[in-house]
Amino acid sequence: MPDFETWNEQRGGEIIAAHVQEEGAALPMLHALQEAFGYIPRAAVPMVASALNVSRAEVHGIVSFYHDFREAPPGAHVLKLCRAEACQSMGGDAIAAAAIRQLQIGWAETTPDGQITLEPVFCLGLCACAPAAMLDGKVVGRLDSTRLSTLLENVRQA
Amino acid sequence: MKPRIYLSRDAGALALGADEVEGAILASARQRGLDIEIVHTGSRGLFWLEPMIEVATSGGRIAYGPVRAGDVESLFDAGLLDGGPHASRLGKPEDIPFLKRQTRLTFARCGIIDRLSLDDYRAHGGFRGLERAIAIGPAATVEMVVESGLRGRGGAGFPTGIKWRTVAQTAAPRKYIVCNADEGDSGTYADRMIMEGDPFVLIEGMTIAGIAVGADKGFVYIRSEYPHAIDVLSRAITVARRANCLGKGILGSRYDFDLEIRVGAGAYVCGEETALLDSLEGKRGVVRAKPPLPAHKGLFGLPTVVNNVISLATVPVILAEGAAAYRDLGLGRSRGTMPIQLAGNVRHPGLFEAAFGLTLGEIVDDIGAGTASGRPVRAVQVGGPLGAYFPRALFDTPFDYEAFAARNGLIGHGGVVVFDDTVDMARQARFAMEFCAIESCGKCTPCRIGSTRGVEVIDRIIRGEKRAENHTLLTDLCETMRLGSLCALGGFVPYPVTSSLTYFPEDFGLTAPLASAAD
Repeated sequence: MPDFETWNEQRGGEIIAAHVQEEGAALPMLHALQEAFGYIPRAAVPMVASALNVSRAEVHGIVSFYHDFREAPPGAHVLKLCRAEACQSMGGDAIAAAAIRQLQIGWAETTPDGQITLEPVFCLGLCACAPAAMLDGKVVGRLDSTRLSTLLENVRQA
Repeated sequence: MKPRIYLSRDAGALALGADEVEGAILASARQRGLDIEIVHTGSRGLFWLEPMIEVATSGGRIAYGPVRAGDVESLFDAGLLDGGPHASRLGKPEDIPFLKRQTRLTFARCGIIDRLSLDDYRAHGGFRGLERAIAIGPAATVEMVVESGLRGRGGAGFPTGIKWRTVAQTAAPRKYIVCNADEGDSGTYADRMIMEGDPFVLIEGMTIAGIAVGADKGFVYIRSEYPHAIDVLSRAITVARRANCLGKGILGSRYDFDLEIRVGAGAYVCGEETALLDSLEGKRGVVRAKPPLPAHKGLFGLPTVVNNVISLATVPVILAEGAAAYRDLGLGRSRGTMPIQLAGNVRHPGLFEAAFGLTLGEIVDDIGAGTASGRPVRAVQVGGPLGAYFPRALFDTPFDYEAFAARNGLIGHGGVVVFDDTVDMARQARFAMEFCAIESCGKCTPCRIGSTRGVEVIDRIIRGEKRAENHTLLTDLCETMRLGSLCALGGFVPYPVTSSLTYFPEDFGLTAPLASAAD
């Protein structure tokens, strides 16, 4: 799992400046910010707005429109479970229920110890090896609840 | 020559442990003092056999699968490098019936070549299409694509050549080629497989499009859920630039073309072409009203070709083999081949490229070999989350744009998701509306409000509140959304809902006669 940097204005400014010349720079800029800090810090929003010459409201509109952009830091590990039809046909809903039960959190929430964030995803393109998940960027196919428990225990101990 | 082992690095293979298998092969070879060469390929698309490995022998390639890390020692003991016998030995991959029955044009190289080797790409017919396009020039290139009958493989099925002709004929200081790689439909993975397994074919297809319409810049908009595809295509672009297959004066010609990857951010609606353009421009992915068409005013207000990955990746073979060779395959107005993607609860999930015209029954029962669970097939959703659920009674429907449309369905991007008899179709219908509510861009009222009301009405039907009245209301709501929505998200979400109601009324606590009376 990447160790995210803590927000600092100078670093944020450098990231924004690195993308400002691109055509349609908002998404590459926001992706780069989230890659560095794990989320889009509130303090970055006016900086992005000023760099792109748009209002803060517009930047907030973009951040809140796209499911990927987080407005708070994630846990140390991120588990994305596919919630779409192909995974449903192979018991994905039961695995999702098991994850919620085991972690005792809801979607887009982080366990109180800050270890695991659970996020829904609508299709990882692994529909031929459903149910599918992504844990810290690593893809997992033909998931079952036993395997899920093992994976979660492993990352917690790592 | 060193013994050579081909390993699929497709995300599907990785999800099933290909990394661990590779680690075990390297460790075992080292221990045995064997100097082997490992070649990274994409997937052949036989996912029930992944991770699949192939070895080069004097008698051709021999495949083994599914291979687990724990099998590797016994494979070497069995003489893996000479294609020795083993429980997981599959023989020559091209003789496996699932592959043998296919007509692979777009996917001809996928799973076979080293995905990042230009030499391998050329040795397997790569760049013949681009060379032809350079030789015959823009106008003749456009006409070849028109004559091939190729239609947009993203789902809408609009003739690709006509789109190109429109952009070519629109005068502008700058034009763009945009590749829609926002493959968000559940049950589809063909775009991902091509980008991970044969990225140069997409680069070649986009370059041909650029030459044909007079554009020198292209964008590939890839969804963020596909990190492996982003990685492979980025590396392929770098390789292509170094070899002058992208950039100024491509392959020594007078044409310039370059590409940039842009990553989406988890919005399904950005697969709709105008929402995708807004997203590329750095805005919320909100659908635009048409006209103006993107071909006239697209990215940054300039004429833009927006094509799906598979459409663009099919162009090189059309240019190389000729329009007639492609057009001669298929059925009715659906010409050429379609990469069908079998997914979900199916025994043989995988990519099956074939000429249009197979029946749904052949695809599910014969090619897919029924369900993975071994239970009876109850419903099949074709064309992603906005596609209709078909019961076995409609299994005689030929896989063809018009035949599916005639039965209130769609083939979309070619995904086929199989469900067994444990499925609750009321729940699937509810999910369709819920998904639409989550993913609606919010611009038009039928989609934004209708999807939320749809979930509520389905909940009332499930709970048994005034079932007949609410059924009528839901049917009416679906009509409003179908006719009144700005794009296919709100406009097509009635397909899974009404098909569930029509063919599986008992799951809603409705009786069959009531459902048919409402048709």
